[in-house]
Order: sequence, then structure tokens, then C-alpha cells
Amino acid sequence: MISIEEYKIVESLEEAYKLNQSRSNQIIGGMCWVKMQNKSVHTAIDMSNLGLDTIEEFDDCFKIGAMTTLRALETNERIMEFFGNGISESLCHIVGVQFRNCATVGASVFMRFPFSDVVTALLALDAQVQLHQKGIVSLEDFAKMPFDRDILTHIILKKQNIKMKYLSLRNSYTDFPVLAVAVSQTENGVQACVGARPQRAELVKDQGNILANGITKETAKEFAEFAANALSFGTNPRGSAEYRKHLCKVLVCRGLLALNGDDENEN
Amino acid sequence: MRIKMNLNGKPLESDASADMVLLDFLREHECYSVKRGCETSNCGLCTVLVDDKPILSCSYPLARANGKSVTTLEGLQDEAKEFGGFMADEGAEQCGFCSPGFIMNVLAMVNEFENPTDSEILNFLSGNMCRCTGYEGQLRAIKKYLAFKGAEK
Amino acid sequence: MRIVNTSVRKKDAMALVTGQPVYTDDIAPKNCLIVKVLRSPHAHAIIKEIKTSDAKNLYGVECVLTYNDVPQKRFTMAGQTYPEFSPYDRYILEDRVRFVGDAVAVVAAKDEKTAEKALKLIKVEYEVLKPVLDFRTAKDNQTIVHPEEDWKALVEVGGDRKRNLCASGVETNGDLDSIMSNCDVIVSETYHTKAVQQSMMETFRTFTYYDTYGRLNIVSSTQVPFHVRRILSNALDIPKSQIRVLKPRIGGGFGAKQTVVSEVYPAIVTMLTKKPAKIVYTREESLIASSPRHEMEVKVRIGADCSGKIKAIEINTLSNTGAFGEHGPTTVGLSGHKSIPLYTANCEAFRFSYDVVYTNHMSAGAYRGYGATQGQFALESAVNQLASRLNIDPVKIREMNMVRQGMIMPAYYNEPNNSCTLDKCLETAKKNIGWDEKYPCRDMGNGKVRSVGIAMSMQGSGISNVDKGSVTIKLNDDGFYSMNIGATDMGTGCDTVLAQMVAETMECDLDNVVVYGVDTDTSPYDTGSYASSTTYITGTAAVHASNELKQRILDVASTKLNVPESDLVFDGKVIRSIDNKKEITLKDIANEDMCGNNAVLEVTSSNFSPVSPPPFMVGAVEIEVDKETGHVEVINYEAVVDCGTTINPNLARVQTEGGIVQGIGMALFEDIIYDNKGNLFGTSFMQYKIPSRLDMGKVNVSFESSYEPTGPFGAKSIGEVVINTPAPAIAHAVYNATGVWHRELPITPEKVIRGMIDLEN
Repeated sequence: MISIEEYKIVESLEEAYKLNQSRSNQIIGGMCWVKMQNKSVHTAIDMSNLGLDTIEEFDDCFKIGAMTTLRALETNERIMEFFGNGISESLCHIVGVQFRNCATVGASVFMRFPFSDVVTALLALDAQVQLHQKGIVSLEDFAKMPFDRDILTHIILKKQNIKMKYLSLRNSYTDFPVLAVAVSQTENGVQACVGARPQRAELVKDQGNILANGITKETAKEFAEFAANALSFGTNPRGSAEYRKHLCKVLVCRGLLALNGDDENEN
Repeated sequence: MRIKMNLNGKPLESDASADMVLLDFLREHECYSVKRGCETSNCGLCTVLVDDKPILSCSYPLARANGKSVTTLEGLQDEAKEFGGFMADEGAEQCGFCSPGFIMNVLAMVNEFENPTDSEILNFLSGNMCRCTGYEGQLRAIKKYLAFKGAEK
Repeated sequence: MRIVNTSVRKKDAMALVTGQPVYTDDIAPKNCLIVKVLRSPHAHAIIKEIKTSDAKNLYGVECVLTYNDVPQKRFTMAGQTYPEFSPYDRYILEDRVRFVGDAVAVVAAKDEKTAEKALKLIKVEYEVLKPVLDFRTAKDNQTIVHPEEDWKALVEVGGDRKRNLCASGVETNGDLDSIMSNCDVIVSETYHTKAVQQSMMETFRTFTYYDTYGRLNIVSSTQVPFHVRRILSNALDIPKSQIRVLKPRIGGGFGAKQTVVSEVYPAIVTMLTKKPAKIVYTREESLIASSPRHEMEVKVRIGADCSGKIKAIEINTLSNTGAFGEHGPTTVGLSGHKSIPLYTANCEAFRFSYDVVYTNHMSAGAYRGYGATQGQFALESAVNQLASRLNIDPVKIREMNMVRQGMIMPAYYNEPNNSCTLDKCLETAKKNIGWDEKYPCRDMGNGKVRSVGIAMSMQGSGISNVDKGSVTIKLNDDGFYSMNIGATDMGTGCDTVLAQMVAETMECDLDNVVVYGVDTDTSPYDTGSYASSTTYITGTAAVHASNELKQRILDVASTKLNVPESDLVFDGKVIRSIDNKKEITLKDIANEDMCGNNAVLEVTSSNFSPVSPPPFMVGAVEIEVDKETGHVEVINYEAVVDCGTTINPNLARVQTEGGIVQGIGMALFEDIIYDNKGNLFGTSFMQYKIPSRLDMGKVNVSFESSYEPTGPFGAKSIGEVVINTPAPAIAHAVYNATGVWHRELPITPEKVIRGMIDLEN
């Protein structure tokens, strides 16, 4: 269990940032994961008073505050209208409603957990993150960055003509995914994001223009094959590398066909 | 650290250590209905309402509850008896250890959904583990309770 | 019947659903020392040195105990009655640790934080030894788990610690080899089931204190209060008369709490410090250092003629008891004794042999089903395979071979099958699942296939000639009865079920019977709630006690009314003479009993049974297999049960539903994975996943009640039989969907895919 010397509900981002520069301090998101760490924290930094728990809609984007709970994102109607039920689908398996009422989107994204459903989904939506110091960075870049002491304040979803489908395979319904897949059709083409490999989620783009002439059963299969070969997979108790690669082919293919409106193949 | 909250309708002020989670504070304040079944936020036994939202009190920093309104089953005795009666009529409480957290989440669900479908019920409550009942009796109780509440309206 | 066979509410129901503080940790004194156990990081090691001074010097630490501080007397934590079958093979603390999680030291401190801090300050130097981790290599391994000279078996069960054998044996009936060799078909396969966890919601917990009389009081979440008393007396080396055990409400057990997992630690702390002490196991401790199911490898050979008549059955079981022998010698027996008898009809010979081995895993224990689950997964799967081989409907092959009412069961201690509607259970399950339309499978398109599978099961009702239950019933003023029992309601509802039997017999309202239990000082002796015994064994005692008390009430009335007893009628409230001329109320008898007489309107009855009538059931499942991902979705589970008369149909139904869902978890995803150093992967509910309400499909329960002549109101047991069918039924359905037999649990999506790929190649 984590032990905490002081608990500070900060008044400003600047205060949070300053406190966060000390290695012995730590930002607390939903506390669901953090409390399981076996470590001593001097000051726990709580940003729940900074108004970061809302999803704001602008002309060109949605800004999801870092302290927005998973549940708030899951049930946000405007997000659903805009991006379909993919985000919801990526969240609804996570433990339970009470957990998702605690866990925050910001912490989930910042931690870049390899098993993360939500990072997989957001990557496929070309999300950006807003960092207190570094400003706006694409989630794709952020996902590859090492951990530092900057603060993630928002996740930005640009309004674009985008469709996304989310599929995962779990050994039981509320378990971590054995593999998580989000495929999307954006203004820049089709891409697949594959998470829980069990490494961090990664995007595969259609560089070979396999789908240039549209998604068919054949091209979907070909692209899925391409994606499975482009990515690396690992083994953990939930599944072997080999099985994950197999799943990648199945789920990416199904996702693509689902994008095409061929919904009967959705998982 | 000084904590002020409204617990089950009454103002409460107390000292607590900085790393206390809400669950331990509630048990210290004689809300024994709040149970801990795991350390990894997976079982749902510790469910309470903070500002009417169901949360896991095992994971909720006590400091964050400052100034908020916290409700446990101790504060919802009439509702517990009413819904619990339907559970008892199914024999679906069994060992009862998960019942308080489960009932808290059922009451939260009823606040959120007018007429939940079976699938909505199962999804909303999927984070409430129960090892005794196999869940079917709980579902029967919920459906009978909803029908009863619907008829009342 | 007025009250028996009705679904009354459990007597404790409203207290539970309103969240009253009735469990162990809710009622523990606030000043208890908090007890924590330092656990071994090694699967097998000798403690060379252990330094506790830093921990002891920490403010708020009351004591730090090591192997130097505990009695050097071996005992077992298995909560079993005399004669104890589990070997005496452990100390409270020892200089040898035998699994990752084994106890190294015990700390007691003023609060949890201090205790945790103290644990970190204990410095241990280990000499790490080579562990035995694969139970298939345990027998005659160079590593001996129990090299100690003072290892002791109280009952000869074929154990030999020098060979890592906890028990072994063989039983034969008929000339197996010659009958087998004359069979047209032989199915011979090996099945592997793992050490799955009971995962009751309330972890192990106990608090202890000295009372006014200087006796050690133990309040514990246990299924076996009387065994706790004996085991603590052995472990602490103090007389049993110095120990009192109380059981409050229990947050589930399923057999886990038939082992004395947590009690010894606070007990020794209190004994040495004289202060109240409490231990509450974390979920992690409950998963790494507890009492799970015995991992078993079961080899089955079935011989049949070409018409499908099963002539010969051979079962060989290898059971992994882990580091200690708790329940090792006894669980293994059920893998044969409760599987082979299912096919009594044409069976001319059987052989059942077994080895139970020590390894460096945590000790196994008692988990619902108790070996029957493992044996039936194997035999039922093999019978399904036989049906497939002979191209006979698996329902039909069972109709041909199943045990039926009136048969003698040679593989079940030659007991007669006096009450059995297994045939009806099969018929109903077949009808309810829609077998004829759905067997074996239907292609749903999109790579998805729906299929069905089936399995039968039996268990026992108590342990014949061993289990003893007792009930005391007392008439109190105004005419209410108090019933005191030694059986432990762990959520199953036995307090209520037994009260229903008393109310039925005494012809009174259920509210007129109050229940109390368990306190080893005052409750009548009961072996405890396990082995599916309470309804059948203790229930019969409740009926006997009620009848006897009724007799005594009539005696008193006879004297008071001056009417011969034979001319009196008791309707529950009033005792009247047949001619209606004289009467006295029960209330008056009860109140007048309070003064000026020597009558004892209190009866204790005990009961054991020379037989253990099996409850039976059939489980039929419909699943949908995604042949591209391997995902198995349970659509519908039809459970049809013969538990004799259902004393409380609701509670019997919920028992069944709960057992089925536990069985589904075991079949599909509850997995036990150790690394090559003996570390368990599933140390939390995050990694050891039990079924949520989304994982189980629809469970539908029906009863086909027989009438058991030796049971109370015709009842048999229900608690365990219900967990056994899901694994074989689901494995069968997966075969019917994919053509692959899965002989190792759990059947994860990856295994389904691998099986299909292997089949293609």
C-alpha cells in the first residue's frame, strides 16, 4: 500500500506543477491504481479543484479535462454522437461503474498502461494531449515519450470526419484485454491501433494503400495481416505472443468490416 | 488533516491521516456496512455514494471527500429494508457480506435509469462481485423491486 | 407440510441486507493488537538467521514471534473430526519454509501501519533450497518437502514423507483387467484440474482475547468451531478446556474455512501477550496462503461394449496437497468414490488408485466438491468421449448406464441407492435445454457456433459413520423455543433451514423458534458445516430433538391435566384431551415450568448416519463459441437437481445457481499459474478473475425431488453437488462446437484456438 505524508488539494496548475517537480511527490488521479503501489509519497497532489473534471465542446474540438472520470467520458452523449460508441465500448469493460466513477481519463492516458483500453481508443481517434509545460502533443508521440514531471491537463479530440470501432478479447468480461483493437477511418485514411500486446498501444497506418480502393473482405484481411506483421507481440499469463498475433488479424479484420457498416461481424 | 463532510445527512468533522481512504474512515465512524473484499478495486463491496455517485471507498482519498456528502447503507435504512426485502424473499443475500455494497449500487442504478433492461442492469452492476449466489437471485430481486416501484408510481 | 418445503426468508436476512455489524471484524474490540504475518519469498528455504530487534524496538510493536517462540509440536490445520486423516506436519512457525507465502514471523502492533513497518524491519537470511513445483515429479523426488522426524500420521493412509507421499491407496472390485480386456471399446485419457480458489468475499479473519476466567476466546470466521478448539489446543499446546471458540456471521466459506487458516496467529499473540489481538487476511494472503482446491491429474479408463454398456472403469488420481497435508488423504477419495458410482448399472469391475503428493505450493484444502469435482470432470468427459466414439447420443449412453434408485453401489461403500431421480433429472435437463434440436451444434454464421454439452453429478450427504450433528431445543417462558446448534451457517441458511424443521415438528410459527450458534462452550457438538452434512445430519438431529421435546411437553401436560398421554393432542399452541374436555396452553406449560418443578423442557439430540445418501444432478449447457477468437460464451445453463425434499426451495435454488457459476469460473477462466520459482500469478482479484454477472449467461434451476428415507423430511444435501457439472458439460459443448476435447482447465480462448489449429494440422 502507498503511504502519503501530506495531501494537497492544489489551487492552481502552477502549484501542482511546482510540487510535481519533486520526485517524492505524486499526482493522484482516481487513486485506483496509485494506491496499489508500494511506495512512500511525501505530498500527494490532488487537482480535483481545478475544474479539470469536465468535457468541453468547442467548434473544432472536444477538450476532456484530465480529472474527468472514465464513467463521465463513457456516458458523454456529445462524444458518442460525434465518435460513435467506440469510446464507450473501450471503457465499459473496465472493472465496474464505481471504479469508472473514480478512475480519471488523465491518469489513464498519462500512465500509458500497456493494457489500457482508453489509450488504444484515443490513439485511433488521433487524440492530442495538452501538457502544462510542453503544450499540445499528439497522443501518438506522447505514447512513446518517457515519463517526466510535466502535467497532463487535457485530452483533445479534434472534430473531424472520423469513424472508429473498438474490439477486444478478454478471458472474462471485466478482465484486462488479451488484445485491444481500435480501427478508424479518418480524413487521412484508415488506421488500426492495437493495445495490450501486451506492450503499449501502437498505431498501424495503411502505408501500403491496401485499403485505398475501399474495405472489402479481402482487403480487410490483407490489412489485418499487414498490421499483425508490423507489430510485435509478447506473452504474459493472459495470452501468448502467437495467440495475440492471431487475435490481431481477427479483430482488425472485423473492425474494418464493421467500419464499413458490416456490423454483423462486430465482436 | 482536518476533514469536514456530511455523512449520512449529518455534518461531521474529524482528524485523519493524509493517506487514509474513505473506507477506513467510514468504518472508524461506525459505518460497518462498508466492507473490504480486495485491495485492487475489483470487488465492489466498499461501494458508497459521494455526492450521490457510487464510488469505491477503498480507492477514494478521504481528503477528496472534504466538503462532500457521503452516504452509506447506514444512511439509507428505509431503502435498504425495502429493496433488501426483495433480496430476502429470493434468498439472494446468502452470506450477506457483499450485500451492502451491492445494494448501494442498485440504489445508484435506480437513480440513473428509469427502467433498466436486463443488460443495463448486468452492466451497471458488473463491478459488484458475489461468490455465493451466482447473481441470478439478485437479478430476480431487482426485477421484482423495479416492478414494485413502477407500480407504486 | 406447513413450513418445510416453503421459501421463508433467512432469519438473518434483514440484518444482512441492512448492513448490520455482525461479522468478525465488525465486532472486534477496538483495542485489539493488529497481527501481521511475514511471508516467505521463496518456495523452499531454510531460515539461517532471523533478526527481529529493529522491529521489536519500533514504537507500538508488542511482539515479534519467530520459530523460536512457538511450541515445537506438529499439528494439522485441517478441520476434520476424529480420527483425523490429515497428517500432523506443521508448526505455527518453523525454520523451514515450504511455499511462497509460508509464515516466517508474526508481528503484533498497536495499528496496521506500525505492524506493516515492523514487517519490513525483520531481517531474514535464507538458505534457498530446490523446490518441488511440478506435482508429477514429486513422488520420490530428491527434494523432500517434509524431512522432519516428528512428522506424524494419526491414521494409516499410505503416506510416506520420505517419498513426498501424503497418502496413497488402491481399491479394486471385480476382475478389472480381464473385463477391460474383453471390452469392445476403451477410452483412456488424462485430465488436469487446478488449485482454484474459493474466493469467498470475506477473507480469513479472527480475533482473540482472554476472558474473565482466564480462558482464551477465539472469535473466528470458521466453518468448524469445534475443530478450531482442538487444533488450537494442539498448536498452542494448551488444554482444550482453556479455549472457547465463537462463530459470528460468516462472509462465505465454500470449504476454505474448513481449514484453520488464520486462527493460530492472533491466538498465540494473545496467549503470549495476554492482550486482545486480531488478524484480517488481505485478499492477497487469502489467495497465496490459504486452502484452495487440490490440483489433480486424473487418468480414466472406461471399457464398454459396442452397444455402449460401460463394463469397467479405472481411475488413477494424482493429487497435489501442496506444502502441507490438509485434507490431502480425504479429498482424493472422492475423485473415485463419487464418480465411478454414477455408472453403476452395467459396471462389472472398477479400480481406483491414488497418490497424494507434497510439493512446494501452498497447502490445498477443502473446496466445495472436495475431489468429486475433479474426478467427475474426468469421468464425465471420458463418458462423453465414449459416446462420441460409439456415435451414441451422450444422453442415451447415460440412460443406459446411470445409477438408478434401488441399485447397490459397489464403488460407494456398497451403499444402496435409496432415493434417486437422476433419470428424471436427465430427462428434464434434456428437455429444458432443447437437446434434440440443439445437439451437437448449429452454425450461427460469422464464425460463431452454438453447441450443447451435458454432465451428471453426485455428492454425499455428510460423511457416513463419521459426521455428527447435535441440536439443543429448549422451551422458554411464554412458549417460544430456542435452538442451539453447533453447525455453522456461512450464508447458506442452515440456521433457518434447521429452524424450519423444528417449527414444522413443533407445529409452530418459524418466529417462535430462535436460533443460536456457535459457541463451543454452550453449543452441542457438531463436526461442523462441511461435507454437505448440515441439512441431512444436523437436520435429523433437529427433528429428533423436536420430537423428544414434544414428548416431554406432553408428559408435563399429562400430569397437569391428569389425562394419559395417549389421549392428548398437541397442535402447537394447545394440548387438548381427545374428548376436548381438558386443555392447557403451551404458554401456560412454559410459564409454570419456571417454578416449583423438576421437569427439564430442554432436549439435546445428536445424529450420525451409517449412510451418506447422494444428491444427484444433471447440468446441460448451451454455449456459443467464436471459432475465430476462441471466446466461449455461456448462453444458458440448465441445472436439474435431486436433493431429496427441498427444505427451503429458494435457498436450494440459490445454492445451485451459486455453485453453477463457481463451476463456470473454474471451467473457463479461473486459472492458477505459477512461475518457475513457485510464485503465484493470481495474487489479487485483478489477476485471479472470478465470474462477474456478465460471465455466466442464464442459469435455470429445476428440482426433481426424490424422497430420502433416512433424511429429515426426505431431504438430502445440496451444497456441493452443484459445482461439479459445469466443467465437464462446458468441455463437452466446446468439443461439440470445435471437435476438440479439452482435458485441462480452464478452457481459455487461447486453448480453444490452439486446439482447433492442432486439429487442422
